[in-house]
Amino acid sequence: MNAEMQGAAGVPTSDGQRFVPGDGPKVALLTAHTRHEIDAWIARFPAGRQRSATLSALRFVQEQNQGFLTPDLMDAVAEYLRLPSIQVYEVATFYSMFETHPCGRHHVSVCTNISCWLRGGEEILAHCERKLGIKVGESTPDGRIFLKQEEECLASCTGAPMMMVDHEFHEHLTPESVDRILDGLK
Amino acid sequence: MAAQPQDDLVNLEIDGQPVKARKGAMIIHATDAHGAYVPRFCYHDKLPVAANCRMCLVEVEKAPKPLPACATPVAEGMKVFTKSPVAIGAQKATMEFLLINHPLDCPICDQGGECELQDLAVGFGRDAARFHERKRVVKDKDLGPLVSTDMTRCIHCTRCVRFGQDIAGIPELGTTGRGENMLIGTYVEKAVEHELSGNIIDLCPVGALNSKPFRYQGRSWEMTQTPLIAPHDGLGANLFGHVLRGRLKRVVPRDNEDVNETWIADRERFSYEGLLADDRLRKPMLREGGAWREVDWETALGAAARGLAAAGPSLGVLAHPSATLEELSLAARLARGLGSANIDHRLRQRDFRGDAAASSSSAGLGMSLASVESLSGLLVIGSHLRAELPLLAHRVRKAAVRARAQVAFLDLATRDYRFPVAAQVVAEAGHWTREAAALALATAEAAGGAVAPAFGSLVLGVSPTDAHRAAARALCTGSHRAVWLGAMALRHPAYADLRALAAETARLAGATLGTLFEGGNGVGAVAAGAVPYRDAAGNATAGLDALAMLRSPQRAYLLVGAIEPSQDLADPAAAAVAFGGAACVVAVTPFASEELLRHAHVLLPMAAFAETSGTYVNLEGRWQSHPGAVAPPGEARPGWKILRVLGNLLQLQGFDEESSEQVRERLRAQVDAAVGAGAGAATTGGAAAVVVPPVLPAGAAGAGSASAAALDIPMYAIDAVLRRSPALQATNIARASRAAARAAAEVTA
Repeated sequence: MNAEMQGAAGVPTSDGQRFVPGDGPKVALLTAHTRHEIDAWIARFPAGRQRSATLSALRFVQEQNQGFLTPDLMDAVAEYLRLPSIQVYEVATFYSMFETHPCGRHHVSVCTNISCWLRGGEEILAHCERKLGIKVGESTPDGRIFLKQEEECLASCTGAPMMMVDHEFHEHLTPESVDRILDGLK
Repeated sequence: MAAQPQDDLVNLEIDGQPVKARKGAMIIHATDAHGAYVPRFCYHDKLPVAANCRMCLVEVEKAPKPLPACATPVAEGMKVFTKSPVAIGAQKATMEFLLINHPLDCPICDQGGECELQDLAVGFGRDAARFHERKRVVKDKDLGPLVSTDMTRCIHCTRCVRFGQDIAGIPELGTTGRGENMLIGTYVEKAVEHELSGNIIDLCPVGALNSKPFRYQGRSWEMTQTPLIAPHDGLGANLFGHVLRGRLKRVVPRDNEDVNETWIADRERFSYEGLLADDRLRKPMLREGGAWREVDWETALGAAARGLAAAGPSLGVLAHPSATLEELSLAARLARGLGSANIDHRLRQRDFRGDAAASSSSAGLGMSLASVESLSGLLVIGSHLRAELPLLAHRVRKAAVRARAQVAFLDLATRDYRFPVAAQVVAEAGHWTREAAALALATAEAAGGAVAPAFGSLVLGVSPTDAHRAAARALCTGSHRAVWLGAMALRHPAYADLRALAAETARLAGATLGTLFEGGNGVGAVAAGAVPYRDAAGNATAGLDALAMLRSPQRAYLLVGAIEPSQDLADPAAAAVAFGGAACVVAVTPFASEELLRHAHVLLPMAAFAETSGTYVNLEGRWQSHPGAVAPPGEARPGWKILRVLGNLLQLQGFDEESSEQVRERLRAQVDAAVGAGAGAATTGGAAAVVVPPVLPAGAAGAGSASAAALDIPMYAIDAVLRRSPALQATNIARASRAAARAAAEVTA
């Protein structure tokens, strides 16, 4: 890849060298903001180790696309980071925080593992399903909320029952506080 | 005995027996060497360690739990137990987990009988399942026409993934999802496009990846196995042919670390389908008054002998470079016995000026295949290596990836090599002489020498550019260097110039010059005397080459092997005229193609690949013989027998062999005597002085321009058997080359 690193073009890397992102046809699907964020992650690793930025890149791309990844967007990340597409697919499908099918833009997961279960987690989940009119794994028709999954403990047992909304923890839940939280999502 | 640990060895104990193992080796290396069997699925000698099947768990003293033998390095004083209750218990538990999701469809699975999972289930499985929940089902993938998939059977060993990444250099397969949802796949289903892709069939320990053409064709325990040698290129890959009820049902690799390691190319694996083509010649045929009729052997051979004898020395013999050594040897003896030295196997060569100085140009690679891996600098002139010699390209890939060899190419186009290529000099064929001259000059600069004055006219007005300098720098890397001439150079109208310049470049760089002859027996054909300039004993002879014998028509022609004039000869138009005007054209051939029916007078049905015993001499000069695996169809007979009987009918001396082995041994004795006398170094390299060929006269016959399509013949179109293999022709590689050929034809039309 050295031949492509002419002059001072590209992104600085943690070892003082530069990485020139790929410019395949699908890279145009990435917004300037997303690319900027990916560049910041590339800069944290040595040259040639841009694969390490895959996880973060996918997070920003999913955010850009309102909550889920498409094969084209994953290809765009692969092109930008100069990786084989499969390496990006592997990461995207392995981690539960990535969605590879269309879904709502806010991801809600309610914990029903033992501490939360003892403290009424299942009732909280049932309340969510009733209120939104969807089952776990489904999204509201307006594309606002995705009731992602029953979580198996997010290590917040002291605050049980709890749920996670877009990577934020909400603890000591009651049906009323759930209503407030869900109604506050745009 | 407590020996002191040597520098690179450690002492350990396996099942109570003291053993030594190399430092850094894994336990499984030590147990394998010691003969203590440890079951495994994901571990493979030629692939990087993954340790994800957990089948090789063994007990190690002081370790809190069983350890994977494939990923645990040996240590001094380690005590390993492969048969202890802990080890066996761990292996049985792993087996139980692996079988949870594995379907019980062995009766309809092609892998049945040769399945590693089946074998180990017998050794380590329980007789009844404790898992009563539903098994998972996985959608099959479309991996193209060669590999069938039953992904529900997959146990996620990832051997196919690691093959793609580390052997083929195609990171297209991978694992998506995790846990219960883990899948092997290309995600967006794309055919695995690589010339070695069929090897994942052998690597797959279960029935998830199998041979598509072989699907439901036979059970492994019903077939018999015969060793074979691959005929399509000069590598000489070792094969096994699997035969059921007289039919060659499939071809698999035979391990030979020095030649093909454990791999074969797809065209070697699937070309057998071409043997079943509709136009196989099953009976001798004779043309009388424009009409073909089937005749018995006696009639056909009599007619052939009369036709050839009547021609006297005005006889041209063309032998296919993938014919067996025995066939080539007898064809050469037959021609010379009839007083004609017009014998050649270089069917696609256009420039023969180098023949005068040819005794040193008959060497192949000039080095062993294994030593290719230790090359430090390589310049390849006129070869798309991946298509031409897939397994040689694999050796080069190993050198480039593992030993950082610098590899440079002179080619018609930029190719995708899946390994770092230091420089690709891309030029139209018409400019190759100047490009090769520039490479020689750049090498002189890089190595600090001067191009010999004899090259004056070839290097006149040529000045190297940065691209040539980059290629020369690549060649002059390290101390183990080579310059190779590929098939496109061999087919080039100015081959002799390219060869001389390549030889000069090699001399300047201190590199070994190699020639990647076409066909499975390019080196063997020269040894057998199937060239007009020398006989098998190494005596110089004067005959017409493959092109000259067609451009100056002869009275009779003998074609030996699967030769189709329009596709296998350098000048099909001249061939049509020459054959049309000849009094007799005898074709000893496995196929009765329309062209041959138009041109020939006598067709003698010949055994094809795998149907006859024979010998191939590969590019290293390695003689490899194999028996026939199946009987040829109909009345077809092995080529050596046909030629021997022809020799008898023509009352020639010495055609008295009763087996192909006797033909080979007679030739072997001649070659050894010739080498001993130093007359013809048929299979050795050597730094002979570079001879500059005479200048090509302007507008000379050989100097015509050859189109890119005439030089760059697609990998699945190089011989008649491959052209008749449906599965290979259905691959995207073959489709793409056909589409490109059509587009090129439209442009010229």
